[in-house]
Amino acid sequence: MSTKTPDTSTDGTAADRAAAGSAGGTDTSPAERHSGRAGEIRAIPRTGESITERSTAVHRALRWWPIALLILFLVAPYSALPVPGLLDGPLGSPGSLQLIALCLLYGALATGYDLLLGRTGLLSFGHALYFATGLYATNLGMLELRLPFAAAALFGVACAVALALLLGSVSLRVTGIGFSMVTLAFAQAGSILVQRNPGGLTGGEEGRSAPADQLPSALLGIENTANLYWIAVAYLALTLAAVHWAVGSPVGRVWEGIKENERRVEVLGLRPYGYKLVAFVLAGGLAAVGGVVYLLLTGGATPQAATSDATLSLLVMVVLGGSGTRWGPLLGGVIYTWAGHRLGDLANSETIADLPAVLRVPLSQPLFLLGGLFVAVVYLLPGGLARLPARVHAARSVRSARAMGRAGAPSARPTGGPT
Amino acid sequence: MDTVVLLSCTGLGLGALYFLVASGLSLIFGLMDVLNFAHGALLSIGAYATWWAGTEAGFPLWLAVPFGTLVGTAAAVLLELFLIRPLYSSPRDQILATVGVGLAVPALLMGIWGADARPFPQPALLSGTWHLLGATVPVNRFVLVAAAGVLLLALLLFLARTRYGLIVRAGVEDRAMVTALGIDVRRAFTLVFAIGGAAAALGGALCGLYFGSINPGQGTGLLIFAFVVVVMGGMGSVTGAAVASVGVGLVQQFANYYTAAGLGDLSVVVLLAVLLLVRPRGLTGRLA
Repeated sequence: MSTKTPDTSTDGTAADRAAAGSAGGTDTSPAERHSGRAGEIRAIPRTGESITERSTAVHRALRWWPIALLILFLVAPYSALPVPGLLDGPLGSPGSLQLIALCLLYGALATGYDLLLGRTGLLSFGHALYFATGLYATNLGMLELRLPFAAAALFGVACAVALALLLGSVSLRVTGIGFSMVTLAFAQAGSILVQRNPGGLTGGEEGRSAPADQLPSALLGIENTANLYWIAVAYLALTLAAVHWAVGSPVGRVWEGIKENERRVEVLGLRPYGYKLVAFVLAGGLAAVGGVVYLLLTGGATPQAATSDATLSLLVMVVLGGSGTRWGPLLGGVIYTWAGHRLGDLANSETIADLPAVLRVPLSQPLFLLGGLFVAVVYLLPGGLARLPARVHAARSVRSARAMGRAGAPSARPTGGPT
Repeated sequence: MDTVVLLSCTGLGLGALYFLVASGLSLIFGLMDVLNFAHGALLSIGAYATWWAGTEAGFPLWLAVPFGTLVGTAAAVLLELFLIRPLYSSPRDQILATVGVGLAVPALLMGIWGADARPFPQPALLSGTWHLLGATVPVNRFVLVAAAGVLLLALLLFLARTRYGLIVRAGVEDRAMVTALGIDVRRAFTLVFAIGGAAAALGGALCGLYFGSINPGQGTGLLIFAFVVVVMGGMGSVTGAAVASVGVGLVQQFANYYTAAGLGDLSVVVLLAVLLLVRPRGLTGRLA
């Protein structure tokens, strides 16, 4: 829900009428026009707010689009649709499925991370630690403790949750930026530990691959990529449902309060510490499940998963997509992961190699492009991609309001401006 | 005994390096509430500029180091003017913008000069060793400690004796009040960024001396320990940062030597956790 009203001047009502009039675009139902009139009275009709008012049959059906999308994702392995430009092979090929599964996995991880950043207002720089704990503890549970996969996965998630509880209770003692720095320090310690290979457990720089004999045979081999893909889809659905449920719960309301103004929450007689710890542990647990999925997808645990760069890329995903929105982090995660893979291809392509050095050098560095993109998003797209439609909308309504202001009497056009 | 002396000198040298990075970081954070993730990038810029001047341009090192420091300062000022200043109203976006720069600059350096470590020119004067209490200590450790000591002294004098130092100190205490008194704090922002950038770039140049080579990821690696130092010392406090950096450097060196390699880095983080449990506001009791 947008709280900003860009047009607070006298022609605000005209702008709002224009906004409401051009909102639907394709279908201008009577309900739509009704909301246009409502705009005159209430002065702040925003897209998110007026959904209930214009819940025609079409809109009611459109509200189920996530389910439709989920079904589309579930049947994707059966399709041989070529997607030129976006994917190398057809949609159902193992390579494409692997890439889509990675994209969805990172989308889900970003969604879980946004529980801290966008929902509670905690800027954690150590989220990769819990992801890596889930990843490594599951792998070690199979390799060293000889547990079957399901038990090892439970063990891994339990380890990560316990670690999140322990480190969260320490790092939440400091607030604001101090919290960010402390989480970063803990994550860095984890990253160093993993790379130093204590007792030959973590495999150092190389990492360790998962033991094939202990994984279910349905999760092995290139012909079973579809199963892994479905697991990634299931993880995404789990994360979205968990975040949605948690944010809507009474605890979620307190999170929102903490994000807006922590002092006020304290004044209301609530201790923010406990609520923040719940958010921290829940996000850590979700990340750990993601680590298990990642282990299955890539078939091993590598130290890159624990680095601070991994957390920073989660941050980039969330900000790119739009923090604090339901779909933004998912969108950001998918686009970032996809772009990361495609930019890697681009860097090795011949079109880049033929360019002069001034262009070739920056373009051959995916991290440079992503860093630059990130700065650009912070500047040009505050609120991320998820808020883009609303921003375009606001800009258009302001422009049409100006146009009407020039044309003379805005009251002569009750249902909106130029199309 | 000689091992202890050598470890102490090396730890102090490392601590001096941390202080060069952390002092600017701490001042910037204290004054502007900006956690500058691009500080490691400034260090890398300084290191590469010094290296470039010292090898490819053929400057002697006593000219190359000021050149690198100058380039780093310029980069810091540009960063403040063009990226931080437009975002004053939203501190979180400032952090995010510096994160982006912190990712992009090392990648760019890697693109230009490759991911491999580059050997850093070592002048004969600084590559020798001194004998101290029976231990053979490389000279560059003393250079680092001396540089950090001079910087600490200069910063303390600047903060205590000059008008701008007064504005910076007042701004760290209460920025809104300083603005309300009609003083343009933004000029102090740029100044603090320039000081921090200069210190970080000098740190980059000396980092090359200390480690003998430079690589694009060095700055980011040091930055994390500098964060630890800043939190421990209490944010915005230069003296606190100095004490904490000495402590961190010594603990890291001794733990790395007497226990398994890598445990030193971990023990620093454990130290941080313990300190936060005992004194959540850092050594100097400033708001963390």
